[in-house]
Amino acid sequence: MMRRKALDLWAGVFVALGLGALLFLALKVGNLATFSAAQTYLVKADFDNIGGLKKRAPVKSAGVVVGRVEDIGFDTESYEATVTLSVDKRYAFPKDTSAKILTAGLLGEQYVGLSAGGDPTMLKDGDKLKITQSAVVLENLISQFLFSKAADSGNKDGK
Amino acid sequence: MPSTDNLVEVENVNFAYDSRQILKGVSLNIRRGQVVAIMGLSGCGKTTLLRLIGGALRPSRGEVRVDGRVVSKMHHDELYALRRRMGMLFQFGALFTDMSCYDNVAFQMREHTDLPEEMIDDLVLMKLQAVGLRGAHQLMPAELSGGMARRVALARTTALDPMLIMYDEPFAGLDPVSMGVIGELIRRLNDTLGATSIIVTHDVAEALDLVDYVYFMSDGVVVTQGTPDELRVSDKPFVHQFVYGETDGPMPFHYPAEDYARDLQTEDGR
Amino acid sequence: MIAVVEFLENLGARAIGAVHRLGFASRFLLLTVRNSGMCLRRFSLVVREIYFAGVLSLIIILVSGLFVGMVLGLQGYDTLERYGSSSALGVLVALSLVRELGPVVAGLLFASRAGSAITAEIGLMKATEQLAAMEMMAVDPIARVIAPRFWAGVISMPLLAAMFSAMGVFGGYLVGVRLIGVDEGSFWSQMQAAVDFQEDILNGVLKSIVFGVAVTWIAVFEGYDAPPTAEGVSGATTRTVVTSSLSILALDFMLTAFMFRGA
Repeated sequence: MMRRKALDLWAGVFVALGLGALLFLALKVGNLATFSAAQTYLVKADFDNIGGLKKRAPVKSAGVVVGRVEDIGFDTESYEATVTLSVDKRYAFPKDTSAKILTAGLLGEQYVGLSAGGDPTMLKDGDKLKITQSAVVLENLISQFLFSKAADSGNKDGK
Repeated sequence: MPSTDNLVEVENVNFAYDSRQILKGVSLNIRRGQVVAIMGLSGCGKTTLLRLIGGALRPSRGEVRVDGRVVSKMHHDELYALRRRMGMLFQFGALFTDMSCYDNVAFQMREHTDLPEEMIDDLVLMKLQAVGLRGAHQLMPAELSGGMARRVALARTTALDPMLIMYDEPFAGLDPVSMGVIGELIRRLNDTLGATSIIVTHDVAEALDLVDYVYFMSDGVVVTQGTPDELRVSDKPFVHQFVYGETDGPMPFHYPAEDYARDLQTEDGR
Repeated sequence: MIAVVEFLENLGARAIGAVHRLGFASRFLLLTVRNSGMCLRRFSLVVREIYFAGVLSLIIILVSGLFVGMVLGLQGYDTLERYGSSSALGVLVALSLVRELGPVVAGLLFASRAGSAITAEIGLMKATEQLAAMEMMAVDPIARVIAPRFWAGVISMPLLAAMFSAMGVFGGYLVGVRLIGVDEGSFWSQMQAAVDFQEDILNGVLKSIVFGVAVTWIAVFEGYDAPPTAEGVSGATTRTVVTSSLSILALDFMLTAFMFRGA
């Protein structure tokens, strides 16, 4: 069948184009290029309140993405949240690094920010971060604000 | 005429579709090497009978035996092996419209044999030559006339030299020349291949000139059988009406209706 | 009163009939998958169908993708600009396409173009006794005719959806960056930051695979089950398009709820 060769050719072109589109989406549109192949090590951190932190949220240091939130768990003994971070092996952090839960922009998604300490020993796979700061929960802020406002006016009246 | 060399034996077969009883106890035998016609009005169950012989349908009662084996009891592989030895020519050819005539005829050879392409090429051209259409092998089915399409389909049906060839209304809708051609091909192929042929038709003139034996069906049963000569002189009114194409007889001209005079006089309340 | 009872009887009968048909269709799907051996041994059959289902749908998919992307760019800019977030245009366009519009719109287009063609072709083959003839020649029509078309559809659909999304992103880029003047750097960088491979792209691909199975299954079944007349085939073709489209939308809802619940 003479037409068979033309069919094969076009079908092949079609599949190639399709795979190409998928590749384009994965690399240029998505974030596949940046992270999946990297080697990582795991570090744990406990927080009183993780706020809106989700799995696969970025872990940044000095604004640069250095890892991802791997897992979020709950410790039934200390009643704290245990967050497991996977950090790119290229970046070593000192043992006294602190982790803070920050918000990107005013109403953006939450991420973990790492501030490096000065300890000469570096974190190893499975270590726990000692210093953590929980997320700022908006409701608490507001009630704090209202409370302090009420206290202020109370003082003024009280005089 | 039961005999030990029957290729096909249909024994007291009943078949119903939904709630309609189509075959009500049909018995007939087809002897090897013969060309047999099964005739009757449309809807008497002729095509259903062909399907039963080919194993596409199962009888609700009775047996259909081909070459001694009961068709409805066959497993898939056995049935398909049997079908490779049978050929069926459908009413309008049923050629595969997405391939050329050549590929249509080559279809069975490519699917069921390991023959090399050069050999298939020779065989296809031979088969097309036998039906007189070797020159048209490049054409697509849509480019053929009805008669030509049917001839190519005939070449396709006989591609693997089947032992049993079935024809479903092979003469329907053809001009007299094409009818004659098909008739001659049916006879010639049957005799050259040493095959057995069953023709389902209501084309009396062509059939009676062509076949060795006739079975006559009406309303789901065989009403009469015999050689063409016997049928031509039959005194059964039904057969007489059919053979000579009379407008009125056991098959009435008028559809059942009320009294004519009364119908004209009254209003129907339309 | 009697009319109401009759109406209910009718409704009930049709509901039962629909369930009956669904059962038949499911058995048919199982049969198709079981008889797919020939598709592997003679892959050229599938390749041929990929040409007819996929390649011939390319033009409509690419053009539609481009236009949808461009419209997203225009509309998206208009809304985002009001909140000063026009640099997030890339994010809007990419996420809308990859998560939803790519699989769904490509699916709808595929159903109308390729699905209806498959139904018509198979229905016509049935009406002209080609399927019966094949059966009588000891070639299983399900293995030879139905299965290759089914797998071709399942393979083509995700590829078409990806191409739709890619063209859409390009269209959004053309309108946003080239036409309107959104910053090119932030267009792409914010997009890359927001579109996650696993969450968004892979889920989109999964959706399009599910849609591919649904549309092709419906197309192939309606063709095979069509009454062997002209009206029968035309009715079957219409049913394919309607049923496929509704299925895509319903499945999209279920899949989205399942996949994007957390996000």
